[in-house]
Amino acid sequence: MPEPLLSVRDLEVSFATDEGVVQAVDGVSFDIGQGEILAVVGESGSGKSVSAMTLMGLTRSPNARFSGSAMYKGEDLISASDERLQDVRGAEIAMIFQDPMSSLNPVQKIGAQIVEQIQAHEALPDAQARERVVELLERVGIPRARERIDSYPFEFSGGMRQRVMIALALSCDPNVLIADEPTTALDVTIQAQILQRIRSLRDETGAAVILVTHDLGVVADIADRVAVMYAGRIVEQGSLDDIFYDPQHPYTWGLLGSITRVDKPRPARLPAIAGLPPSLADRPEGCHFRPRCPHEFAKCTEVPPLEARVEGGQHLDRCWLTVEQKRSDREVLPGEIGLRSKEGAPA
Amino acid sequence: MARFIVRRIGQMLLVLFAVSALTFLIFNVIPGGDPAVRMAGRHPDPGQLARIRAEWGFNDPVYVQYLKTMQKTFTGDLSSYTTNVDVVDELRKRAPRTFALAIGAAIIWMLAATAIGLYTAARAGRFADRSITILALVGISMPVFWVGALMNYYLGFKWGIFPNGGYVPFADDPWEWFYHLIMPWTALSILFIGVYSRVLRSNILDTINEDYVRTARAKGLSERRVMYRHVLRNSLIPIVTLWGLDFGAVLGGGTILTETVFDIQGVGQYAAESIGQLDVPPVLAITLFGSFFIVLLNTVVDILYAAIDPRIRLQ
Repeated sequence: MPEPLLSVRDLEVSFATDEGVVQAVDGVSFDIGQGEILAVVGESGSGKSVSAMTLMGLTRSPNARFSGSAMYKGEDLISASDERLQDVRGAEIAMIFQDPMSSLNPVQKIGAQIVEQIQAHEALPDAQARERVVELLERVGIPRARERIDSYPFEFSGGMRQRVMIALALSCDPNVLIADEPTTALDVTIQAQILQRIRSLRDETGAAVILVTHDLGVVADIADRVAVMYAGRIVEQGSLDDIFYDPQHPYTWGLLGSITRVDKPRPARLPAIAGLPPSLADRPEGCHFRPRCPHEFAKCTEVPPLEARVEGGQHLDRCWLTVEQKRSDREVLPGEIGLRSKEGAPA
Repeated sequence: MARFIVRRIGQMLLVLFAVSALTFLIFNVIPGGDPAVRMAGRHPDPGQLARIRAEWGFNDPVYVQYLKTMQKTFTGDLSSYTTNVDVVDELRKRAPRTFALAIGAAIIWMLAATAIGLYTAARAGRFADRSITILALVGISMPVFWVGALMNYYLGFKWGIFPNGGYVPFADDPWEWFYHLIMPWTALSILFIGVYSRVLRSNILDTINEDYVRTARAKGLSERRVMYRHVLRNSLIPIVTLWGLDFGAVLGGGTILTETVFDIQGVGQYAAESIGQLDVPPVLAITLFGSFFIVLLNTVVDILYAAIDPRIRLQ
C-alpha cells in the first residue's frame, strides 16, 4: 500500500461535562489515501462527527482532551498549534457540514463568503477571487453563477446551499475533503445529485474524501472503504464489499438489517437493533455492544482489539466470535444479513 | 421603499395628532388656574383678559382651543402661559444642548457596551465576567438623578475634578463644551451600558455556537476575523435596532432627569420646568418634539435593519 495521505492513530477525544467525562472517541485509527472515499458510519453519538471535526481542530475547547495522532504530510494535526491549523483548514483539509441551512452566514453574500476563504489562504485580488468563485459555482452546478454570486443564503434552496458549501470546500483545492452527513438534511433526489457531485470532484481533483454518514444507502453508492463506529470505537473496517457482503461485527449486521428495502416484502415493523446505545459517560466494560448483542459470551467483558480476523488482512473487526461463528450466526433470513434480537432485551 | 416612507409619514402624522390631543386634554383636565389670568400678569384690565380669551379660544369648546393652540404652534407664535416667552424660539435654543447630550451619550454607551460585551463573552463564567455582571446590575439599578447628584457633589463640588453642572456651547469653546458634558454623558450612559453589555454578551454566546461560525473556523480564518466578521457582526444586529429606538426615546424625554441634575438647560429641563408650572404650550410643543424623534428614529431603525439584515424586506 502506498504511503497514506492521512493516517490517524489511536485518536481519543474526551470532554469534561457536568455528567462526568464523556469519552466521545476512543482509540480510532484509520488511513486514507489519495482519491479514496472512506465512509465512517454509525448511529448518532457514535463519535463519527467528533472524529472528523477533531482532524481540523474544530472540537478544541477548554473542556476537551485529546490523545493519539493524525499524520498529514509528515505533520501531526492533533498536536499542531492553532495557527498552523488555521493554514491547514480550508486550504489542505476542507469540510462540508450537515446542515446547509445554518452553515452559511445568513447576512453575507455567498460569493463574499467564498472569497473570504480564498483570501485567507492566498493573496489574490478581489476581481480574480470572484472570478474563481464564479467558476467554482458553475462547477458544482449552480446555474447563472455570475448573477447568483451576490445572492444571500436565504435566497437559495437547501440543495443549492449545499452546493455552495461544496464550492466553498473546494475553493482552495484541498487534498482531503471531510463531508459530515452532507446529504442528511436534503431530500432524496437532491441527495443523489450531491453525492454524484462529490464523486466526480474526487475523480477530477484526486482528493481523499472522508464521508461521515449514518445512511448505508449513501455508503453503498459512493464509498471505497467503510469504517463502522459504535460508542466511540471503530468496530469494523474494510472495503465496501467486505462490509456489505461479509460483515463480521454483530453491530454491522444490525445496521445492515435495519435498511428498509423496496425490493422485499414490507415487514410488519421496521427492523431495528434492540436497546439503546450506551451513554458515552458510562459505557459498558469490554465490548460496548455487549448489552445489545444476542451473541454475547464470557469473553466479551474484555475489550476486543481491532484486528484482521478474516483471511486477507485488510478487513478488521472488534468481535471475539470466530469467523465461522459469525458467518453462520449472522444469517437471519435466507439471503439477507441481519441481527436477531437479543432475548430479554427491550424491543 | 417609497411606499414604505410615505406610509410611515402618514403614521407619523397620526401619532403626532394623537399625542398632542391627549396631552392637551390631560392638561385641560388638571386644574391649573385660568390661563388668561396667568398670561395677563398682575393687575390685568378686563379688556386685556377678553382679548387673550378670544385669541386662544378659552371661551370656546375644548376642540377649538386645541385647534387654536396647534395653529399657534405651527405658525411659530405659541407663547408660554407664565413667561410669555415664545416657545418655539426657546425650543430652538435648547434643542442643540439636548442633542449634544443624547448623541454623545448614545455613542459612549454603544462603544462601552460593545467592549464590555465582547470582553465578558470571551470570559464567560470566569471571575471577570461574574464581577462585571454584578457591576452591570448595579449600574442598571442606579437611578440617574441619584448617580448624577453623587457625581455632581463629589466629582464636581467637593473634589472639583469636573465643572459642577452647566453647559457651554460648542461654538464658544469646544474643550469646555466637552469638559462640561463628560459627567452628564456618563450619568446618562450608565444604565444603557449595563443593559446593552448584558444583551450583547448573551447574543455573542448564542452566536458563537451557530453552525456558520463553525464554518468560518473551518475556512481557516483567524480567530480574530471569526470573532469580528461573523460573531460580533451578527450579534450586533439586534443591538443596533435597540440603539436606534433608545436614542429616539432619550431625545424624546429620556434626558429630563440628567438635564435637570446637571443644569444643562436643554429641552428636557424645559419640560420639567413647564410641567411643574402646568404651562401647557411648552409641554405641548416639547411632547410633539419628543414624539417626532421617537417616530422618526423608529422609521430609521426599520430602514437600517433592512440594510444590515438582508432577510428583512420593507413593505
